[in-house]
Amino acid sequence: MVMAKNDLQGALDLLILKTLSQLGSMHGYGIVMHIRRVSDETIIVEEGSLYPALHRMEQSGWIRSNWALTGYGRKAKWYSLTRVGKEQLANREKNWEQVAKGVAAVLRFA
Amino acid sequence: MSMLRKVWNLFSRTRLNREIEMELAAHIEMCIHDNIARGMTPDQARRDALVRFGSRAAARERVAGVDAALLLESLGSDLAYGCRQLMKNPGFGVTAIVVLALGICASVSIFAFVDATLVKPLPYQAPWQLVGLFESNPLGPRFHLSYLDYLDWKRMNHVFSSLEAYDNIQVALKTANGVQRADGAVVGASFFRMLGIAPSLGRDFYAGEDTLNAPRTVILSFSVWQKRFGGRLDILGKTVSLDGTTTTIVGVLPRDFYFGPLDSVEFWMPIHESLNPDLRGEHGIMALARLKDGEQLETARAEIGKIAQQLAAQYPDADGGRGGTVVPLVEMVVAGIRPTLWLLLSAALLLLLIASINVSGLLLLRFQARQQEIAVRSALGASPARLVRQFTIEAGVLTMIASTAGICSAFAIIHLLRKLIPHNFLSAMPYLNTIGLSWHVVLFAALIGLVCLALFTLIGVLRLPSANLRPGLTEGGRNAAGTVWRRLGANLVIVELCMATILLVGAGLLSKSLYQLMHTETGLEPDHLATLGLLPPPSKYSRSEQRIALASRIIADISRLPGVQSVALAHGLPISNIAGGSTTFEILGDNQNKQQNNEANGRQVSAAYFATIGARLLQGRWFSQSDGVSGPLVAIINHAFARKYFAGQNAIGKHFRFDASLPPIEIVGVVNDLKEGPLDSDVQPTIYTPFEQGADSNFSVIARTEQAPQTLLTTLEKTIHQIDPDLLTMNAETMEDRIQNLQSTYLHRSSAWLSGGFAAIALLLSVVGLYGVIAYSVSQRTREIGVRIALGASRDSVCRLILGQGGRLIGVGIAAGLLCALGTGVLMSKLLFHTRPWDIFTFLGVTILLAASAITACLIPAHRAAAVEPIAALRSE
Repeated sequence: MVMAKNDLQGALDLLILKTLSQLGSMHGYGIVMHIRRVSDETIIVEEGSLYPALHRMEQSGWIRSNWALTGYGRKAKWYSLTRVGKEQLANREKNWEQVAKGVAAVLRFA
Repeated sequence: MSMLRKVWNLFSRTRLNREIEMELAAHIEMCIHDNIARGMTPDQARRDALVRFGSRAAARERVAGVDAALLLESLGSDLAYGCRQLMKNPGFGVTAIVVLALGICASVSIFAFVDATLVKPLPYQAPWQLVGLFESNPLGPRFHLSYLDYLDWKRMNHVFSSLEAYDNIQVALKTANGVQRADGAVVGASFFRMLGIAPSLGRDFYAGEDTLNAPRTVILSFSVWQKRFGGRLDILGKTVSLDGTTTTIVGVLPRDFYFGPLDSVEFWMPIHESLNPDLRGEHGIMALARLKDGEQLETARAEIGKIAQQLAAQYPDADGGRGGTVVPLVEMVVAGIRPTLWLLLSAALLLLLIASINVSGLLLLRFQARQQEIAVRSALGASPARLVRQFTIEAGVLTMIASTAGICSAFAIIHLLRKLIPHNFLSAMPYLNTIGLSWHVVLFAALIGLVCLALFTLIGVLRLPSANLRPGLTEGGRNAAGTVWRRLGANLVIVELCMATILLVGAGLLSKSLYQLMHTETGLEPDHLATLGLLPPPSKYSRSEQRIALASRIIADISRLPGVQSVALAHGLPISNIAGGSTTFEILGDNQNKQQNNEANGRQVSAAYFATIGARLLQGRWFSQSDGVSGPLVAIINHAFARKYFAGQNAIGKHFRFDASLPPIEIVGVVNDLKEGPLDSDVQPTIYTPFEQGADSNFSVIARTEQAPQTLLTTLEKTIHQIDPDLLTMNAETMEDRIQNLQSTYLHRSSAWLSGGFAAIALLLSVVGLYGVIAYSVSQRTREIGVRIALGASRDSVCRLILGQGGRLIGVGIAAGLLCALGTGVLMSKLLFHTRPWDIFTFLGVTILLAASAITACLIPAHRAAAVEPIAALRSE
């Protein structure tokens, strides 16, 4: 399943925040690769959606950025969670679980 | 993200772009690296990474677009685009800016005058409580009080917290260069306290300083302290000689103090009048009062009326037939010009409306031409909101430039207009001295700028969403939007023509009214008359015989001057702002009018007066040499007097007397009605008595000259000073100038000229607007016209077709305009003199003028239409 821009933008934010909370600090390419690996190539985030989302979250103060060398020998922009970001992550995780439960209940209803 | 970073992004779009670029480039490089690690060739790896990534430009735009603070940056780029567009089409830009600036300049200039006159409060404490008090008599409602009446009114009223007299006087000031005339005023002791003004230097008058025996003191005005006394700080306690009396200076008024009803006053003194009961009949002062908190004007009016009635019953000789009135100070000061100012402001705003409509038409026209550009923008993803935003910004740039130009030119126009106001008018309205671009005026200018911008945006909004985009993308397609604009444009032109008609009719009515005023029957021949006012110092000419001797000497010396045909003296010159000098009288003999307290204007004139001014004798005879000090008392009455009091009888030989203590006077002649007051007032009954039989203290010299009277004025003054250097002279002017400078004449003249100017500009703008609509429609219909001609229509019929289209617009516009103009005329009727609001000639004239100009404007496109080559028209796609 390929995540387009319009599909569940809230979920995209959730995935990015979770990834960063687990990796501590990562650049955009690394985030894409991590999500692909962990979801077993099911969820491929398009770069065209990722970077606007990253920029937006940076403007809102959920993540902070700094330039640093990558393992590839190039400089890239690394992102990490702020305290506010951590709170946002907790909220969104709870929200998502509730939404998933609701959707599952409707689908189960025969 | 820190606030600093956001603001930083705002100002360095390129830096932000570079960062995003670097970030995306890094991403792609890492992807390529991984691809190669997976086994692709470098080329394949690169291609795969780029394809996977998508459009870098779009991605970058999307990332940057998220940045909220960059909204301002995009506004900035819109602004730059708008300015570039304006510079690319200078013809359109300049026309639109000039037209709009014209409208804004006119409105702002007039509003500055309205603001200075009507909006700014009087510079006193609680000015709405201040009222002027007047006595009324059979001649009219606003006449002077007598000193004793004033004291009684002060004592007997319960509605005023304070009531003080005031009057303007001429003082003889002794200076190092001899005796000079100066303007002064006498006021009650608590006058300044009542106004809430305190002297900036020294002290105010004490209560009780206005009695007859108090030591003489004076308070200086600020300007005279600077001019005559050099602004010396030790001025208090110094003395000046005023009217021969040593007076002590006790204070100086603040710099910006003025009192409207009195002209510029240099010396303010407490009133010192005798309490002699015989002087109750001398009505020569005015009074100002402050209403008690909570008192209404009507209550005050009723009470003063009652008090006046009581006094009239108590003192029938002095006060019989007199009542009292109360007028708010604001009314006294501005009432005369308020209607004129509102009229001019409405005319200016109408002009502004026409100008805005013209500019909207121009903007619409340009928008039509940019259909393709708009279609492309929409296809690239611009939302309607974004397009409207851009349109608004372009209109905004236009409006701002026009507003700035309008305000700057208004500044110049305001000062120009102020210089054109005659001096005597200006001194009666000193608040006009501070006229300029106050913050009120700038606010008003900003407001009308915003309203114009809203109008333009509205038109843009109405047009844009309905734009059918596809035809715009294909060249030369006829789109439905074209007809929409044509209809909207046509409606706008009808509105313009309607308003131009209103302005033209208004200007026409005012011009006719001015013409009537200037040609109204004055009763005399005002050409070739030179006049000069004189004030003999009372100390030197206290006795009547001295004044008569002086008068004879003056007449003798002046008649010897070259070019002087005849010379005369009069107590008051004809045609003035106010016909003063009223007097009571009583008719003797068996006459129906047995009332004892009639009022008429009284004038003392020398024997040659009527001949000099060119009056006509209706009955009896003029004064002669025998009507001197020793002869029987005689008088000449005017036609209005004879009509009122001797209707159907012969007035010659009848007797009357001024009051019971004076001997009877015989009427020896009846003269035609002379206008003693302003040109638009009615003539009152007037009594003329010979100078020698009772000369008043000040009088005027009037001389008929062979050559231009202007040249005689300085010679007159010199001759007077040769006779006696202590005589004060003032107001040397020709009779014609005197008529021109009257307040009512000036008001009529300026309203006629200004509204005429506005109407001319409105005519030009609406005719040009009409031309624009017709020309555009012709250009849109070129193919249709080509087909018509190819199918056999004559050139004439094509011409007629276009003219018919124009004619319909003109007809509807003018018809609507005439209807509205009728209403406007009725509203204006107060300002018109001897002109009816539905004056046929004016309406007809305006219709012909406007129709002719408009048809002429349509002729040009009509001829162009008729000259269309059918082949060329059909071929153009």
